[in-house]
Amino acid sequence: MEEKFAHPELRTPENLVYKRTDLLVDCPLSYCPGCGHGVAHRMLMEVLEEKEIASKTIGISPVGCSVLAYDFLNIDMLGAAHGRAPALATAIKRLWPSRYVFTYQGDGDLAAIGTAETIHACNRGENFTIIFINNGIYGMTGGQMAPTTLPGMRSSTSPYGRDTDIMGYPLKITELIAQLPGTYYVTRQSVHTPAAVRKTKKALRKAFDCQDLGKGISFVEIVSNCNSGWKMTPVQSNKWMEENMFPYYPIGDIKVDGELIEKLK
Amino acid sequence: MAKIKGDIVVNIERCKGCEVCIAACPFMCIAMSEEVNSKGYLFAIKVNDDCTGCSNCALVCPDGVITVYRAKVTVE
Repeated sequence: MEEKFAHPELRTPENLVYKRTDLLVDCPLSYCPGCGHGVAHRMLMEVLEEKEIASKTIGISPVGCSVLAYDFLNIDMLGAAHGRAPALATAIKRLWPSRYVFTYQGDGDLAAIGTAETIHACNRGENFTIIFINNGIYGMTGGQMAPTTLPGMRSSTSPYGRDTDIMGYPLKITELIAQLPGTYYVTRQSVHTPAAVRKTKKALRKAFDCQDLGKGISFVEIVSNCNSGWKMTPVQSNKWMEENMFPYYPIGDIKVDGELIEKLK
Repeated sequence: MAKIKGDIVVNIERCKGCEVCIAACPFMCIAMSEEVNSKGYLFAIKVNDDCTGCSNCALVCPDGVITVYRAKVTVE
């Protein structure tokens, strides 16, 4: 196809500002168009690239949409049983403390079936990073209600909206684990705008830096969209997320250097 | 006069046409194509010369299909 506004003379290595990192395998991602997982994967790999720890990092992929993360991330990866990623990460980090260990989990994996593993790993004060992608729905299995689904939000198993009288309230697992003394750095970020993506990258960098200190869990929640599950276009879903998810899941640091941020106390 | 000029290269076959980059571009440089790629998705194309190489589009692109170049050029 003819490119009308192309400037091939600018396309030289010294003019290069941004390109997809080589730590992502050169294959198409299996996610839906517009899904936040792709950005989260890329920011994670960029942090490992900047810290030059890719060869010393072991990741654990969950069960959920990102179950195939081991195909996309060009580092050592393991697959855990559903929800048991923090337990596996505990074992790896204790057996091999010189390695950087992270788990990459969705809300069904971390906040539903794996709640006990997550809370106990945080309570033991293990020294690895948990990356939690919260989109308020079970994306892979067809948009069922998750623990993090908002009140009144429609999903395929709550077609009239989540009724908190019979279905309970959304679980703010990030605030929950921030109360535990075993967590050192807890933050909530998002990846829907360029500014948010940059902040997320900083948060991930800090989370991996915390592993050097060995003081406890570093936990990064990324509020993300699920345009397929929410039945919206990607741009609409990002707008919906800003209007509805952010009031319930406010963006920002929750615990820094082992100290809770004032507003939560 | 020196001016910052940018250029983007879209990996057409990997683009899934989610249009997130269009919303992120501050200069309305990106639009969707009228053709489709081999998977049947519309893909992002550059539609004017206002690009400054800010790399906002590349940052929010979920599939990382955008490569950004930036240079200082002299214009009369």
